[in-house]
Amino acid sequence: MFKLSEIKKSIIVALWFIFLTFPIMVIKVNTIDNEIIWRWHNMFTIGIATFTLSLIWRYFQETEGSGQKIAALFTQNPLTRNIKRILSSSRTTKDGVIRESSPTIQRIFYGLLIVVALVFPFANDYQTTILTTALMYVILGLGLNIAVGLAGLLHLGYVAFYAVGAYTYALLNMYYGVGFWVAVPLGGILATVFGIALGIPVLRLRGDYLAIVTLGFGEITRITLENWDALTNGPSGIAQIPKPGLFGMELTTQQGIMYVYYLAVGLAVLTVFATYRLQNSRIGRALMAMREDEIASQAMGIDITRTKLTAFALSAFFAGVAGVLFAAKTGFINPQSFTFMESAIILSIVVLGGMGSIIGVIIGALILILLPEYLREVGNYRMLLFGASMVIMMIFRPQGIVSNVRKVYKIDKGGQK
Amino acid sequence: MATETILDVKQLTMDFGGLRALNHVDLTINKGEIVALIGPNGAGKTTFFNCVTGIYTPTGGDVFLGGAGRVPIRINGVKPNRIAALGMTRTFQNIRLFQNMTVLENVMIGRHVRCKSGIFGALTRSPATRSEEKKAIADAYRLLQKVDLADWANEFSKNLPYGAQRRLEIARAMATDPVLLLLDEPAAGMNPQETQELDTLIRKIRDEEDITILLIEHDMKLVMNLSERIYVMDYGSPIAAGTPMEIKNNPAVIKAYLGEEVVDA
Repeated sequence: MFKLSEIKKSIIVALWFIFLTFPIMVIKVNTIDNEIIWRWHNMFTIGIATFTLSLIWRYFQETEGSGQKIAALFTQNPLTRNIKRILSSSRTTKDGVIRESSPTIQRIFYGLLIVVALVFPFANDYQTTILTTALMYVILGLGLNIAVGLAGLLHLGYVAFYAVGAYTYALLNMYYGVGFWVAVPLGGILATVFGIALGIPVLRLRGDYLAIVTLGFGEITRITLENWDALTNGPSGIAQIPKPGLFGMELTTQQGIMYVYYLAVGLAVLTVFATYRLQNSRIGRALMAMREDEIASQAMGIDITRTKLTAFALSAFFAGVAGVLFAAKTGFINPQSFTFMESAIILSIVVLGGMGSIIGVIIGALILILLPEYLREVGNYRMLLFGASMVIMMIFRPQGIVSNVRKVYKIDKGGQK
Repeated sequence: MATETILDVKQLTMDFGGLRALNHVDLTINKGEIVALIGPNGAGKTTFFNCVTGIYTPTGGDVFLGGAGRVPIRINGVKPNRIAALGMTRTFQNIRLFQNMTVLENVMIGRHVRCKSGIFGALTRSPATRSEEKKAIADAYRLLQKVDLADWANEFSKNLPYGAQRRLEIARAMATDPVLLLLDEPAAGMNPQETQELDTLIRKIRDEEDITILLIEHDMKLVMNLSERIYVMDYGSPIAAGTPMEIKNNPAVIKAYLGEEVVDA
C-alpha cells in the first residue's frame, strides 16, 4: 500500500515536528521547585500523530489531484454548495442560463440570520462581548478590503485610522464632552482626512514600497499617541470613556453590553451594505481596474490619482467608525491597542477570507477573532492550533475561503435574437 | 475638400537619457483615415504611441489632437486619462486586459470616462446613477456584439482565447467614444483567418463608428490591404511616408527591412 520511500519521508516529517515542538511540548519548567519536567510521552504522541497524518496526506496525493480532493471535501460538499447557492442572488446553470436562486429560500435564510443576531445577546454576556469584538473586525476587514482587495494597495498601517477614530471619540469626549452619536461620523471623517493625507505622498508607490511606507505611517501614529503626553495622556491612555447613550436612559452593565452589541450589528450591516454597493458601482470598477493594471486603466480614462485617494479615504472611513465603536465598547484606550499586530490581524482577515469578497471577509473575521476565543479551552496550545489552522488554510485555499465572485450581469438584449 | 486634421504630430522627439528613441517625427492623420505606422523591431513605434497617449512626456516637439470640430489642443505631457477623455485611446501590444474582471466589466471600464456617478450616487443608487449604469451596460453589450464577444460577457477576461482578448481590447478602447483609435499590433499572434476577420472589423469600426484609426502592424499583407497611408520609421527617425504602393517601392524602406543590396562579388 505504501512505498518504502513514502514511509521514510513520513518519518522525516515526524522527526521534524518533534524537533519543532520539542521546547513547548516536552520541556516544562517547574519554577517553584526549580526543576525541569521532561514530558517524553508528548514527544511520542506528536511523532506518531504527524507520522500518521503525513501518511494519510501522501495517500491522498497518490490518488490523483494532489490535495485537491481534501480541499474539495470542504468546498464541494452539499452543505457549502447550498450556502453558496443561497448567498448568490443568481447563478449560471450548466446550459449557460442565468437563473435567480429562489427568493423564498434566500429570504428565509436572511430572516433566520436576523433572528439569531437579535436573540443572541440574551444567551450569555461573554459570548456577546466576543461577538461584538468580532463584528468590529468585520467592519475593519471590510474597510481594509476596499484598499487591499479591490484597489490592490497593500496597506500595513491600517490600524492608524482605527486609532484616529478611537482617539477622536476619547479626546473630544474628554475635552468637549462630545457624545457617541456625534463622534461616529466625526471619527469616520477625521480618519478619511488622515487617509487622504497618507494617500498623497504615496501616490507613486505600489507593492512592497507602499507596504513599507504604510507600515511606517502606522507606527508613526502610534508613537505620536504614545509621546504626546499633553494631549493624549501618553502610554497611560484615556479612561472612563462613556458608553453610548440610549435617549438618556441609564443602562445596567448587562444592558450596556447588549446595546453595544446591537450597535456593532447595525454598523456592520451598514458597512456590508455600503461596501456591496460600492463594489458594483462605477467607482468600485475603477478601483478594480487600477488593481489589475494601472497603465491600462489610465489609458482607458481612469484618473489614477483620484481613484487611489478614493480607495485610501473610503477604507480609512470604516476604520474610523470602528475605532469610535471600540473606544465606546472598552471605555479605555491606550496606544498599546493599536500596534502593528492589529494591522496584521486585519490584513489576515482579508487575505484568509478572500480578497475582494465581502462574504469571505465576514467569515474570515469571525474565524480569526472567535477561533482563538473558543480555543481557550485547550489552554497553552491555542495559539499553536490557531497558527496551524492558518497555515493549512493557506496551503489548501490560497485564494481565501471565498474567492472573489464577480457580478453576473443580466442583459436586456432588446429583442435581438 | 476640407479635411479635418485629427492628430498632428510635429518634430516629436523622445530621449531616454542619452538614447534618442524618437527623432523629429512628423505625422498627420485626417478624419476617417486608416493610417499605418510600420518599421523594423525597435524602430520606436510603441514609444511613439506612448508619447502621443501621455504615458511618456515627450522631450521635444508638439502633439495636437483635434476632432469633434474642436480647435486642436496641444497634448504634450497631458495625463493619459485626460487624453482618453479628449478622444484618443489605444490598445496594447502585449495585451493588458483587466484579467480578473468579466468581459463586460472590461468594456464598462471604457465607459467610465463618459459617466459621472460618484460615491454618493453609488451608495444611494439614485435614479440618475441607475439609469447611467443601465446605459453603460447596454453600451458595453452593444460593443461586445460588434466584436462578436457577446456570448462571453460574464466570463473572466483571462479565460478568453488569445484572438478574443485582442478583440476585447479593441472593444474596451472603443467604449471611451474615441475619435482616434491607436492599435498597437492588433494582429500579433493571430492566424491568417483571424487576421482576415480583424481586417473586416477595423474597416467596420471606421465606417460604422466614424473612428479614425492609426495602427502599428508587422503583418504586411494586412497593412497593405487596410491602410490608406503608411508612415515608416527606423531607428527612431521617419524614413518614408505615402500610399501603400509608394511604400512598397521605396528604396529606403526596402533597405530598412531587408538591408543593403549586396553587389555580386
